[in-house]
Amino acid sequence: MKVIETNGLTKRFGKFTALNGVNLNVEQGEVYGFIGPNGAGKSTTIRVLLGILKATEGKASIFGQDVWKNAVELHKRIAYVPGDVNLWPNLTGGEVIDLMLSLRGKKAAGNRREELIERFKLDPSKKCRTYSKGNRQKVALVSAFAGEADLFILDEPTSGLDPLMERVFQECVAEVKAEGKTVLLSSHILSEVERLCDRVGIIRGGEMIESGTLDDLRHLTRTSMLVKTKEPLEGLKDLPGVHDVKQEDGAVSFQADGEKMDGIIRHVSRFGVVKLESAPPTLEDLFMRHYEGTGGEEADTDGRTTV
Amino acid sequence: MAERLFSGTGRLSRLFIRRDRLRLSIWITAIVLLNVSTAASFTGLYMSEEEKQAMAGTMENPAMTAMLGPGYGLENYHEGAMMAHQMLLFMAVVTAIMNILLVVRHTRADEEEGRVELIRSLPVGRLSTLASTLVVMTVVNTAVALLTGVGLAVVGIESIDFAGSLLFGAALGAAGLFFAGVTALFAQLSESSRGTVGLSFAVLGGAYILRAIGDVSSEGLSLVSPLGLILRTEAYVNNYWWPVFVTIGIAGVLLVLAFYLNLRRDLEAGFLPSRPGKKQASAFLKSPFGLSVRLQRTALISWAVGMVVLGVSYGSVLGDLEAFFEASEMMREILAPDAALSLTEQYLTMLMAVIAMICTVPPLMMMLKLKGEEKKGRIDHLLTRVVSRGRTMGSYFLLAMITSALMLFLAVSGLWAAAAGVMDDPMAFSMVFEAAMVYLPAVWIMIGAAVFLIGVLPKFSGFIWAYLGYTFLVVYLGELLQFPEWLKNLSPFGYVPQVPVEELSFTVLAVLTLVAAVLVIAGFTGYRRRDIAG
Repeated sequence: MKVIETNGLTKRFGKFTALNGVNLNVEQGEVYGFIGPNGAGKSTTIRVLLGILKATEGKASIFGQDVWKNAVELHKRIAYVPGDVNLWPNLTGGEVIDLMLSLRGKKAAGNRREELIERFKLDPSKKCRTYSKGNRQKVALVSAFAGEADLFILDEPTSGLDPLMERVFQECVAEVKAEGKTVLLSSHILSEVERLCDRVGIIRGGEMIESGTLDDLRHLTRTSMLVKTKEPLEGLKDLPGVHDVKQEDGAVSFQADGEKMDGIIRHVSRFGVVKLESAPPTLEDLFMRHYEGTGGEEADTDGRTTV
Repeated sequence: MAERLFSGTGRLSRLFIRRDRLRLSIWITAIVLLNVSTAASFTGLYMSEEEKQAMAGTMENPAMTAMLGPGYGLENYHEGAMMAHQMLLFMAVVTAIMNILLVVRHTRADEEEGRVELIRSLPVGRLSTLASTLVVMTVVNTAVALLTGVGLAVVGIESIDFAGSLLFGAALGAAGLFFAGVTALFAQLSESSRGTVGLSFAVLGGAYILRAIGDVSSEGLSLVSPLGLILRTEAYVNNYWWPVFVTIGIAGVLLVLAFYLNLRRDLEAGFLPSRPGKKQASAFLKSPFGLSVRLQRTALISWAVGMVVLGVSYGSVLGDLEAFFEASEMMREILAPDAALSLTEQYLTMLMAVIAMICTVPPLMMMLKLKGEEKKGRIDHLLTRVVSRGRTMGSYFLLAMITSALMLFLAVSGLWAAAAGVMDDPMAFSMVFEAAMVYLPAVWIMIGAAVFLIGVLPKFSGFIWAYLGYTFLVVYLGELLQFPEWLKNLSPFGYVPQVPVEELSFTVLAVLTLVAAVLVIAGFTGYRRRDIAG
């Protein structure tokens, strides 16, 4: 069952097109990583999903209901953490948490509120103006996880947290996932996405350019190889799926396309392999290619990479 | 050492001017133009000697003194004296407001937003932020002083001569500098820009009231108030310069104190203590309306106190006024077309218009808070939860409506209570109450206009202040300067029946209320449909 579904979602601010036909599908019970460079349209998408911005074109629904028309009804089931948490300077953290819970019509179950405040090591008696960015984020995280929700929309929720708190956050996500809840996680911290997310969508320039499981995406990227052979390695450059060939004191290094790997290995093995090193593509390599827009020499100038 | 504390001041001053080149130009132009155009309006307003003297007679009355300052040069009441008498105090308050807002913006507000931290991480002195702000404010106040002085002299009215005009300008500049100093000091004491603005405006309000009481009853009190002090320049008649120098001198002392405190404190700290807060929210806070009240609680209480004080200070002069009217044969003739009403009651109508306009400020602030919250990205906290657009806007609207009635009620109660104490023939509360409450529909139109702007034209929501300023100008000064009627009718306040002098017309009030309702409905509809910024 699809929890979030957008179809050709487009948002224009005057002449500027922030989102251009975004299709985003998030399934029930999965943690979906939503990634892309700054200004790519992540937050705009999320703000449309929350009914704060009205889509210029296209459809967006959550739990099968229109996000604009049924915003208020939908928000009963959604917990949201913004990336840039602005709080009221003259209220305390504790007051804001209670306020946010009650605005969603929720009461924290049992001592869930205290437990989370404890886990995130937040001092709720301090005024929000004294909080650092990380502490303001903790307030938003505690309010989100303390109330019952079926969908968690988290927009770069850990950008101000220390590594210990980041771990607490990851535990919280794992817990709600175990309960069968759905999570849309926008993040820049790739290790976090790698650890938490079942599927990933990459957005750039207001368009979804890639979507799938991490394995799917890995398959699309290149592995770096280093080979040393008995006989001189020949004909490598002409092989399909081989890029960036360099001689390195007796060895050859190159990039190999995942889907052409079989043919490449067969070719190389004919020259008598002495040493073979392969580094699997990290998520970072994957992102770098998409973020930069010119990930390889074969990338189109319009930013759509061909692999 | 001193060099290190102030290094980069010049560069930061240029940054200030670059950031606010538009804001500064608008402020300076507006102040100078208001002065010059008022002076220019005297040329078209030909007055016979008798009319001038009748005007001088009006100025002698205590209520006028309380509102505009003491009359002087009344034996030979020429345009210059009129100009200074009617405009100097009003413009000094405007200049003070400019200084308060600009100084806060570039000191505590920048600090609170973390911009000063960024600047201080660069090779810039510890006092450079404050120093650059004060350098620019000195330039701005000097510009206001000189441009006003020259501008007034150029109008070419005989009695508005160069020497007097220069002093008039200098008095404005000095008052401005004084409040720049006050604000710079509070920016060190308070931890927040809100607190700084609040305290500075409290001093401005206090200075006005102290002067009003002092001018009517005891000269000494007026001299304690900077606004009272600069009125002692008696520009165009006696041209005393000492009040200007004294005011600038006190401003200098305030600035030195501000620098000293700035040096003594940590960045983002203040001297006024902040207490640890509650760990849990009260039941009241846990709703959008509760939140809107809580966020503006301090402002609400300060305005409530202010309104009572305003009412009491106006009310307390009504006793003197009564005696004055009794004594003055001429005043009775001018002001008494209707024998059934006492002169005080007639004078009351003008007072009510002024009180009602001042009472419009807090509800507009309550309403515009919605826009401010949106700009700061905090409206999202409501809208991403189970709170509709209508309920969000409604909670601020409800607060604004309650505030409008409450403020008017408090001011009028203060006025009546004080008047009852000093008058030989006290007025009935019901009459005073009615005279004030007829203004409610006009205030609602102003609130409605704010709702409309926020909902439909959010970028222009600040324009409501310009509209209120316009209203103030045509209603308050329009009487004195004899503006044409249609200018007055561009403001809802121009339509309000002046009870008890005029009949109470329910038709007019109903139409005004209807206009307000239309604006409110359009505003809510727009707000439901538009994007939320942030």
